[in-house]
Amino acid sequence: MAESGRDNIILIDDLYFTRGQKPIFNGLDIAFQRGKITAVMGPSGTGKTTLLRLITGQLVPERGKILVDGQDITKLKRNELYVLRKRFGMLFQNGALLTDLSVFENVAFPLREHTKLPERLIKHIVLTKLHAVGLRGAADLSPSELSGGMARRVALARAMVMDPDILIYDEPFTGLDPISLGVVLRLIKRLNDSLGITSIVVSHDVEETSSIADESYLISEGRVVASGTPSELRTHGNAVVQQFLSGMADGPVPFHYPGRDYRDQLLDRDET
Amino acid sequence: MNRLFADLWYAFRNFLETFGAMQLFLLRILAYSPKTLITRFRLIAHEIYAIGAMSLVIILICGLFVGMVLGLQGYDTLSQFGAEEGLGTAVALSLLKELGPVLTALLFAGRAGTALAAEIGLMRATDQLSAMELMAVDPIRRVVVPHFLGGVISLPLLTAIFNMVALFGAYIIGVSWMGVDSGAFWSQMRPYVEVADVMEGVVKSIVFGVAVSVLAVFEGYNAFPTAEGVSRATTRTVVISAIVVLILDFMITAILI
Repeated sequence: MAESGRDNIILIDDLYFTRGQKPIFNGLDIAFQRGKITAVMGPSGTGKTTLLRLITGQLVPERGKILVDGQDITKLKRNELYVLRKRFGMLFQNGALLTDLSVFENVAFPLREHTKLPERLIKHIVLTKLHAVGLRGAADLSPSELSGGMARRVALARAMVMDPDILIYDEPFTGLDPISLGVVLRLIKRLNDSLGITSIVVSHDVEETSSIADESYLISEGRVVASGTPSELRTHGNAVVQQFLSGMADGPVPFHYPGRDYRDQLLDRDET
Repeated sequence: MNRLFADLWYAFRNFLETFGAMQLFLLRILAYSPKTLITRFRLIAHEIYAIGAMSLVIILICGLFVGMVLGLQGYDTLSQFGAEEGLGTAVALSLLKELGPVLTALLFAGRAGTALAAEIGLMRATDQLSAMELMAVDPIRRVVVPHFLGGVISLPLLTAIFNMVALFGAYIIGVSWMGVDSGAFWSQMRPYVEVADVMEGVVKSIVFGVAVSVLAVFEGYNAFPTAEGVSRATTRTVVISAIVVLILDFMITAILI
């Protein structure tokens, strides 16, 4: 549980979630502080993206609470959930731009759906957001004409067009060239500093994430194994934390997927 | 034997679950449809263009050749009884009541149904539908309902065009090639082709439009988010649509005849 005295905007309490037969979370507790950048890190397959889908109400947990400003998201009706989602912005790993709309229309999409603003104002807002991500000149391009890094920046412009309270980034650094990575990194930091947006960064890129995060959580096997500032994590005694941060191939998180004995399998011996 | 029984039971339960889920999906679509028709007609018009207008070529070509075949076969049969003049009536009745709605629905499932399923399935696979949900936009209202209504409006219109072109095809063969009297070709239709016959075709094309469109959007929306999942959704759309159209055709004919 998170300690008291903190201003938490999202509180995850004793969360259990199973996919098929496989338990993803068993008793997960995380607190996201208002106005801070919180990183959620962990090896691939630990359910980081699943966690984001739970926070945004796209999945429902078996047990536990997910409180957003005191409102339990797991108990909301569809309409209430949609109202709450207007406070969220999310950057998907692949951008998830609408392929039948231009870059401009993609960024304008939430405004057109939720507001009745005059066209001139929509144009003004969209161009401002595109300018912030350096892609004002690409407004007329279609998503298929963008590189991976550009698509993610457009998606970022779209995520912040409604001025959300909480911005969620799903693996924002994966597959980016060093220039695009630097741009995205600075943008996340700047949005957080200048607008006070609460940012949740889900990633397994330790260096980049640690450089901007105020607080980090490391998840493994369905639970938080360590939390604290990036420097606190670096000196953490837990073996999983050290394996993850130093990038060792084998350790508490095994290199090999569980299976039959190597020698038996090669010699085609039946399992006994 | 037990295994076979268990497999059959599993398949039957699976079928019932999917069938039930599709009914609920259709109910949700129908509940949103009136408002969407009024407030989002631009989206629907775009779909009518993409689904309907873009299917015109296949409908025109197929319609013409189906009509020409009917002209040849009809003339060959009728001339044995010396009743060639009834060619127009025979062709018109078979087209309006049966062949027009059924063949157009099958062509529509192949051309537009697959496109609908693939488009929505790819939106699912590339997280576009999830992104909409997170932007507090209901993808059913924004994507599924306009696509569905586009299909439902397009199919009866395409059926009318198919019938018209097919009748023209039969006319070319019967009158220009086989020498049936032009006046007789048209005038014989008047006493024998009634409004009820036309309405039977209209009812069928609307029912087929609803069935094929809901199947396509349901398969696309629930596609497994992988390349294989989308391809399976498009295949299922064509196969199930063909079966459903023919079953519904029998049921409607049995009721209306």
